[in-house]
Amino acid sequence: MTFDFGEVSVREVSRNYGRRRALTRVSLACRAGEVLGLLGPNGAGKSTLLSILSTLLAPSAGDVRYGTKTAAEAGPALRACLGLLSHDLHLYPELTAAENLRFFAQLYGVSDVDGRVAAALDRAGLLSRRDDVVSGFSRGMRQRLALERALLHEPRLLLLDEPFTGLDDASVAALVARLRELRGAGRILVVVTHDLDVAERLLDKVAVLKDGRLVAFDDARGRIREHYRAHVAEQRA
Amino acid sequence: MKSCYLPAVLLAMAMFAVAPFRLMGAPDILVANATPGVLLSYKIFYYHVPSAMVMFLSAFVCGVASAVYLFKNRLAADRLAAAAAELVVVFGLIVLVTGPIWARKAWGVWWQWDARLTSTLLLWMIFMAYLLVRRFGGQGAEKLSAAMAVFGMANVPFVYVSVNIWRTIHPTTQVIPTLAPGMRGVFWFCVLSFVVLFGLLLALRARLEQRRADVERLYLLADEE
Amino acid sequence: MFLRVAWLVMRKDLTVEVRSREVIYTTIFFAVACVLVFAFALVREGRPLEDAAAGIMWISVAFAGTLALGRTFERERHSETLRALMLAPASRPAIYVGKLLGIVLLLLVVEAVLVPLIGLLFHAPIASRPLELAGLLVLGTIGFSAVGTLFAAMLVRARSRDVMLPVLLYPITIPVIIAGVRGTAALFEVEPAVDLAQMWMALLAFFDIVFVTLSLWTFEPLMTE
Repeated sequence: MTFDFGEVSVREVSRNYGRRRALTRVSLACRAGEVLGLLGPNGAGKSTLLSILSTLLAPSAGDVRYGTKTAAEAGPALRACLGLLSHDLHLYPELTAAENLRFFAQLYGVSDVDGRVAAALDRAGLLSRRDDVVSGFSRGMRQRLALERALLHEPRLLLLDEPFTGLDDASVAALVARLRELRGAGRILVVVTHDLDVAERLLDKVAVLKDGRLVAFDDARGRIREHYRAHVAEQRA
Repeated sequence: MKSCYLPAVLLAMAMFAVAPFRLMGAPDILVANATPGVLLSYKIFYYHVPSAMVMFLSAFVCGVASAVYLFKNRLAADRLAAAAAELVVVFGLIVLVTGPIWARKAWGVWWQWDARLTSTLLLWMIFMAYLLVRRFGGQGAEKLSAAMAVFGMANVPFVYVSVNIWRTIHPTTQVIPTLAPGMRGVFWFCVLSFVVLFGLLLALRARLEQRRADVERLYLLADEE
Repeated sequence: MFLRVAWLVMRKDLTVEVRSREVIYTTIFFAVACVLVFAFALVREGRPLEDAAAGIMWISVAFAGTLALGRTFERERHSETLRALMLAPASRPAIYVGKLLGIVLLLLVVEAVLVPLIGLLFHAPIASRPLELAGLLVLGTIGFSAVGTLFAAMLVRARSRDVMLPVLLYPITIPVIIAGVRGTAALFEVEPAVDLAQMWMALLAFFDIVFVTLSLWTFEPLMTE
């Protein structure tokens, strides 16, 4: 089953946990070949929005459309088109780098498992450590491995929660280049980040969330710092 | 709907007020060599058996409502299930208190590990677990408790069969069809009283849950302003 | 595809376990500790009470099984890998079956240590009917784990999950315990009552079919948040 993945749109989405509102009527959209950045202070609802986009969490109200279909209409096959790099990394610490990749490649039913696993290890710079267990890896190594794991099945929509934490400058530059390449290939990327320098180099659109509300949604480049200062920095100071 | 509550409350009150007089007048079960005390103890049967019937009815309502909630995601079904689960525990408590009182007189012991006693106790435990998980399970506990109700329902026949093979001494189901004519009317009157009470409590409790959901929604709306 | 996914998940779980051996070592130790605790309660003047061996065996299996279930799913919680499994386009019931097979194999290894130990300490004739005994253990373990895997998976997201697992699991798995204990006791008699044991095995098989089906059916709606 193939999906028309021209656009992902979030319409009037709210999510509450009992009496607590995590998201209130958020609407935004992102087209193929664009990188959307989610900025905001901690607890603003960025991760909740990412979970809703990944179909793991159902919205309390409103809907998300992938192309023309909602998650309920598209069914489980939609999950093959989504990739999520979560803050929790989703790796088994007792398994080796290669075993982790191989397990998820097989679970997603991709073709040429060996080739993809080898390519992913190469890109993560972990070829020499392929048979070492993940629990011995540094945060940066895990982060790179987790990213490659999320990309194994070549998702159309890639959701990244703070992908730059724990990476050194060279790795950040490599990751930015990689994400640009994916953007060029017509993928949709949604990135949660605090790193303004990277954000300016990478993002096409910016959404600023605060207390579960969308306070700014802008596709003009170069105004990221302005939005950030207006809504996020004051709270951090 | 709302206008039905007052007549229903009055009806239930009247039925429960009349019941003691009716059952004092009912003829006694014929038990060989029975002392008056033992004969009197059989009167508890008019409360014990209807409570047990209502308990099973309530468990059935809870199980079905939970299944509807799980598969159709209807929140109203979940509220009904929660109300029914509490009533299982309440009526179950009546059954589990009146049963031993009678058993002490009739069998000479407070508790017997027979099929019906044990399965009733287990059913009661399952719904206690339902309420516990709902209260202390935190986020998403509604689904967990719904699964508990569905599994608990499926479990009843297994408990019954396994305990039955294990051992049995409870008076069998044949008691009810063989009741003396004078007793039958009184017995069904009591059953009806309990069913009216059950329906009333269930409706009120489900309405309370509905109100709570409304309040939550209003809080959310106020929050949005 | 269904079986392939189940196989993948089970193989992954076993690889993790073979590498750390945490769950298997702690569970075996805990099971043996249970046996000793019960021995102090049920052995008098050097002789165990009648039927004590069968009871101790199954209670130890149930307690150790709860521990193993909790630990296994704690591992999936550690870096939220259960969510990663739920994100995959693979069939969710297949993932459930994979987890179930992993738990069953783990518990069978524990039982392979536990049963000879019980034979040794309580002079139980474990070798008189080895096939029937193995049948009871396998069927009972599947039934216990089928319910346990589903509840443990749901509880990954819940608060106070360590307490909630036994609260939910024990009332539901009582038929398994009764059938296991009674069937094993029948086999441990001087003249093994094989037909009785087979009857209990049939009940266990029926329980397994009903509860595995029910779990497969409810796993999908239960795992969506």
